[in-house]
Amino acid sequence: MSDTHVIRTERLTRYFGRRSVVRELNFTVPRGSVVGLLGLNGAGKTTTIRMLMGFLEPTRGTCQVLGHDSRTLSPETRARIGHTVEGHFLYPWMRVRDCERFGRETHPKWDVTFFEQSVRRFGIDCEAKVSWLSRGQRAGVSLASTLAGDPELLILDDPALGLDPVSRRALNETIIEFCESGERTVLLSSHLLDDVERVADRVALMVDGRMLVDSTLDDFRSRVTAWIVDSAEDPTIHHTIPGMVHCRPIGSRWHVTVADAGAETETAIDHLNAASVERVDVTFEDAVLAYLSRSRVGHSFYSGAAS
Amino acid sequence: MQIRVIPGSSAAIYRQIADQVRRAVVSGELEIGDAMPSVRALAKELVVNPNTVAKAYAELIRDGVLETQPGRGAFVAKRRNVFSKAERLRRLDDALETAVGAAVTLDFTSEEILARMRSKLEDLM
Repeated sequence: MSDTHVIRTERLTRYFGRRSVVRELNFTVPRGSVVGLLGLNGAGKTTTIRMLMGFLEPTRGTCQVLGHDSRTLSPETRARIGHTVEGHFLYPWMRVRDCERFGRETHPKWDVTFFEQSVRRFGIDCEAKVSWLSRGQRAGVSLASTLAGDPELLILDDPALGLDPVSRRALNETIIEFCESGERTVLLSSHLLDDVERVADRVALMVDGRMLVDSTLDDFRSRVTAWIVDSAEDPTIHHTIPGMVHCRPIGSRWHVTVADAGAETETAIDHLNAASVERVDVTFEDAVLAYLSRSRVGHSFYSGAAS
Repeated sequence: MQIRVIPGSSAAIYRQIADQVRRAVVSGELEIGDAMPSVRALAKELVVNPNTVAKAYAELIRDGVLETQPGRGAFVAKRRNVFSKAERLRRLDDALETAVGAAVTLDFTSEEILARMRSKLEDLM
């Protein structure tokens, strides 16, 4: 199975003191996919990534990357994984050219052309000192150094954080180019839903340390439906709606979001004491926000069944 | 033709691509036999996941809008009907409902709408 899934976790759990930060994660990433890892700050995304990279021991459960247990990754396996940390740390005293040499000498495979091409896309001069660079340019150097090592798996922790629109576009282009062969895999945590909708084909959504969604992006979208309910008070206080994810007020009406709405849901909606009920279109952002707006949801399509 | 995708819209990105190709074929902007860009090239141009473009192409091929020639990529296909009569009627009703709904809210009479429709049809056929 290691051939079709490049990441596989089983009941992966991590506590900090008495607080559980990642809970019982069963998560798989198929080879060739671009997975958007979504969740509010503190949902457990970075902790999960650190365990995958072997920087942090799981309290319980296991995780495998490229078929090997993350706790005992060999240098050879590590060389096949590219990882960028939040904030794109680089040594400030180096010049961009030094970063290139540093990468070349520490990676068994190194593609100078790819490095130079990526750096150019972010509009960076190779003679520039790292400490002079803007945040977006630093992201460019960090991404170029990671990708020139020709990794099979790329793990990016919030690479778009604080980037200007031009750098964001360059980042998206670089990711698309990186994965175009269909052989390389990307796990990308982000808060920019429009960018995730563009570049990703799968979504993994974490809330309070649990993974509530793990499916293809299109499947996720098509399984979420919404209604606008005209009612004086929260229509879901006295009525349960099967599959409901979230209900929020908009003006004097209520926006009810449901996952996997079936005949039972339709019946429940019809029986609400409402002046009017109208089914509305759902955007990717609506669907994600509905999940993130509640810290606990009764329903999830966590299972990976949608792959 | 220039395809544009808008994330954050109520239509999925693969749907936006498929709909724009369909429209270009109907309007004549794309002609029978025209070559489509490869999945990779279009993915790069639009900055979207290649699987998303592949999904749009797969739907267009399934519906007979495009056809593939082994080793040469996708082309605009000769129009043929892959749908049953009932399905074609359902799709026609869907399309008309939207157009008629919009026309009526603009305060045109039935005669005016029909005349416009007839002249549009004459332009196309």
